[in-house]
Amino acid sequence: MNSPATTAIEPLPTVKPDRLPLMLLPVLALVALPLVGSASTWVTLTFAGLAMGMIIFIIASGLTLVFGLMDVLNFGHGVFITLGAFMATSVLGLMTGWTTSTSLLLNLVAVLAAMLVAMSVAGGVGVVFERVIIRPVYGQPLKQILITMGGMIVGEELIKVVWGPEARPLLLPTAFQGSILMGDAAVEKYRLISVVLGLIVFAVMTWVLTHTKVGLLIRAGVQDREMVESLGYRIRRLFIGVFVVGSALAGLGGVMWGLYQQSVIPQLGSQVNVLLFIVIIIGGMGSVTGCFIGAMLVGLLANYTGFLVPKVALFSNILLMVIVLLWRPEGLYPVGKK
Amino acid sequence: MSEPLLQLQGVHTHIGAYHILQGVDLTVPKGELTVLLGRNGAGKTTTLRTIMGLWQVSAGSVTFEGENIGLLATPDIAQRGIAYVPENMGIFSDLTVAENMILAARNAKGAEDMDAQRLEWVFGLFPAMKRFWQHPAGLLSGGQKQMLAVARAIVEPRKLLLIDEPSKGLAPAIIQNMITAFQELKRTDTTILLVEQNFNFARQLGDQVAVMDGGRIVHSGSMADLAGDEGLQQRLLGLSLASHQ
Repeated sequence: MNSPATTAIEPLPTVKPDRLPLMLLPVLALVALPLVGSASTWVTLTFAGLAMGMIIFIIASGLTLVFGLMDVLNFGHGVFITLGAFMATSVLGLMTGWTTSTSLLLNLVAVLAAMLVAMSVAGGVGVVFERVIIRPVYGQPLKQILITMGGMIVGEELIKVVWGPEARPLLLPTAFQGSILMGDAAVEKYRLISVVLGLIVFAVMTWVLTHTKVGLLIRAGVQDREMVESLGYRIRRLFIGVFVVGSALAGLGGVMWGLYQQSVIPQLGSQVNVLLFIVIIIGGMGSVTGCFIGAMLVGLLANYTGFLVPKVALFSNILLMVIVLLWRPEGLYPVGKK
Repeated sequence: MSEPLLQLQGVHTHIGAYHILQGVDLTVPKGELTVLLGRNGAGKTTTLRTIMGLWQVSAGSVTFEGENIGLLATPDIAQRGIAYVPENMGIFSDLTVAENMILAARNAKGAEDMDAQRLEWVFGLFPAMKRFWQHPAGLLSGGQKQMLAVARAIVEPRKLLLIDEPSKGLAPAIIQNMITAFQELKRTDTTILLVEQNFNFARQLGDQVAVMDGGRIVHSGSMADLAGDEGLQQRLLGLSLASHQ
């Protein structure tokens, strides 16, 4: 198969990685430092913000891919968060001896068990949710919003039926309680754990998206699903897989959020839902990297403004979204969608 | 004319309220390059999209290797050995050239799994693909994107290529390169259905030709006959070859 054909060689295009959105994180942190005043308080607030951001990222990453792949606006995503958190109260409630033990190993096993059960149940419910609620409304955005919100309300009520309408405690295991001193700054152990876990999830997700065929298909599908189908791949199957993984990650995020707040209420998901959409809009719908940066920005800003001007903290995230969209109307890392 | 690989019989396609294809009868012979000509809005792109299952057939049949594929889903049609290069090229701009090619090679998990000999042949046709292998496809020029779109369609042997206006918007030098590449492709006995508006481009490549108007095939025959009959060109296409050279 030799060929005589030649092609006019054009100059190499220059690859310029877009690092500007990434720079927003250190810029925000450095701007906050003189305003906060005390370095130790700043360290504490920064870790709290990063921990909160990591948990939001874990929850929102699946949501952004679900939108990117099939243009599905799932306002019911919050129900998986609540479900995960309540599953954790049940699992950890059964393992009280393990969580109150001073053994780090027993504490870890208990929390891992709670996370695995929460992810499995949320993923399983995700399969049913996709089939019963999402599938009939593909390509109908208005109906998607209405029916997924309806699904969220029904899910919330079912959770009340099973666990009751009251807040349930979700206490940290003994070894996870307390703080570590970094100079004069006290950083809660659980926040450090959340940061590490969030980084692991981000690293694994990035690796899967860039180093596996499934990851390539997801990235390609987010851009042009019709072309992916024309290459012979079934995008629906891919979407169901992403939906289930996204639901499971929301379940994991629910456990982490519950442990972060130390209590769980049935309205947890609907409260977090708005925050999730702010994050994925800031990041660029369908972009995992954008979602990560967006979540960190939201987490940091919420903590800095909560300390500096508590009244502004209520709408700081919306203000952040407005500023980002004025700068980049399609979000920090827009996906080249067709 | 050799045996037909693809046959459309009385194909109708509706897009929403619009009745676009109104009984298309088209035969694509095996191992030949058939050109589909016609004015804007004649239904050429809709014909390719209907064959690919991207628009649903309302009536009629699409027969590929004796099997009616008219009601199959797009991935099933692709898996039967049909590759599609859309008018917008369908490049995944956030992915590298290599990643675009890996996706097109359905059985390859990575570049190392691709048929090296075949890949070298593709690089021979389109050297820019080798040069920009690790570059994001979104940074390629229009001509290079078109080359990638065709390279992706042929990175594995396919029975039929559906290519929509490959010369559109390209500079004359790049068009000449595309012609050379398609001529080489023809030597491998690949069956191609090519939608084209550039008659000079089509004339140099086509074995067979079909002309569409108003959602129907209004003429079909050999390209040599159409190229040699100025009156027929004038009547069917409103042009003469001389004016396009």
